[in-house]
Amino acid sequence: MSYYGESIAHSSLLGVGLGILLGTGINFGIIVVCLLFGILFLWLQQSKILSTDTLLGVLAHLALSIGIIVISLNRIKIDIHAFLFGDILTVSSNDLWMMYLGVILVIFLVSFNWSSLLLVTIDEDLARAEGINPIYINLLLTSILTIVVAVSLQIIGLLLITAMLIIPAATSRRLANSPEQMALIATLIGIFSVILGIFLSVEIDAPSGPSIVVVSATLFFLSYLFNFLIKKN
Amino acid sequence: MKTINALISASNVSVFKQNKSILKNIDIQINKNDFITIIGPNGAGKTMLLKCLMGFYKPNFGEIQKKDKLKIGYMPQSINVINTMPMTVKNFITVRKKYDDISFKQVVSEIDIRQLVDKQLSVLSGGEMQRVLLARSLLNNPDLLILDEPAQNLDISGQLSFYKLIQEIYSKRDISILMVSHDLHLVMVSTKKVLCLSNHICCSGKPQQVAQDPEFISMFGKDMANMMAVYQHTNHTSQIDNPLIDGEIK
Repeated sequence: MSYYGESIAHSSLLGVGLGILLGTGINFGIIVVCLLFGILFLWLQQSKILSTDTLLGVLAHLALSIGIIVISLNRIKIDIHAFLFGDILTVSSNDLWMMYLGVILVIFLVSFNWSSLLLVTIDEDLARAEGINPIYINLLLTSILTIVVAVSLQIIGLLLITAMLIIPAATSRRLANSPEQMALIATLIGIFSVILGIFLSVEIDAPSGPSIVVVSATLFFLSYLFNFLIKKN
Repeated sequence: MKTINALISASNVSVFKQNKSILKNIDIQINKNDFITIIGPNGAGKTMLLKCLMGFYKPNFGEIQKKDKLKIGYMPQSINVINTMPMTVKNFITVRKKYDDISFKQVVSEIDIRQLVDKQLSVLSGGEMQRVLLARSLLNNPDLLILDEPAQNLDISGQLSFYKLIQEIYSKRDISILMVSHDLHLVMVSTKKVLCLSNHICCSGKPQQVAQDPEFISMFGKDMANMMAVYQHTNHTSQIDNPLIDGEIK
């Protein structure tokens, strides 16, 4: 399921295209399309006709391709490059307010449902035995991912959002002893990577998304080195 | 809905999947202080029956009634410990549980996992993991403990000590147990009732009755039936302490 986030991110380009085409705005388009995509995926996964990986591979790339076609059919030309790899210069102050709102919403949803999310992640049957319906928790996860994708698309870019979902968490895994610690350290590492990455992108005039990912991957390797050295001593 | 005395009562439960009959007209009642063991070949629908009884799966036909406010402790066959997340045993046992310190310590000493509570889940052995799962299922003082092949991944001595533990829990707590197990020769003394399942209920009753049932013999062979009979005759008390079985099984 690691690539579930990536698939939702891929489908966001269709949201961008439709949002512009229908004049509803990009953010609205992304949220509607990503949620629909997530629900479609969960529904198909329940039916167990195809394996999860196959399903994600087919749906994610289909959504990405339709998204690119819709955007190229638009009369208003937009820079696909900026959506693929992120361009911080496209962020307006309005977008900043959307981000604040998104962050607060995600923190609220995650902390309010933390133990249920944790138990479903460990084992769905255990969760069922204790009265949780995993379908609701998966829908919740889809909503959280959708918000994350919508608010970070312009900075990180849809091809690299997965990196920010996975790399800070993997770095934190080395340093943490509990899921709570892991979440907290991953958040701090994420914030640090974004700040340093943006600084780097200004210094060498590079796109923001890749710069952030390079910083966070560097931290990832450093954490392994750190761990290795500690174990050696 | 009428009130019932049984903890769980299922009548006429049938499940079909892709036109295949998984469960057929199952009637089962779990009463207070029952110890029921479900046996049956692979694909007999054992796990599906547990899922129906716990309400994870809605059967195509039949009715399942649960007593009001019934607390069920469920221990799955195994869980996939995901290495991508750090988690201590204590953290795992208590996640999403309402508990107090006393009952936690009680369960820890009952299952004898004191030396494990601060370890990471990812470093546990198979036997240790089963104990941890059992401890988790007992933390809320359940009325009914449901175990799905709890000793499947253990070696023979691990199985013996695990079933001994189950027997102790059953005798010390005011609890009912429903267990799926292939290791019938090891649970013979503990279990009060055996239910032999092969999509339908082939036979059920006390272990020694079931062992003589023609359907049981045709399903598990004469060796198993004889072995069970031997067990009944040789020792009536602490069978599980005395694993003299190696030579008898082929």
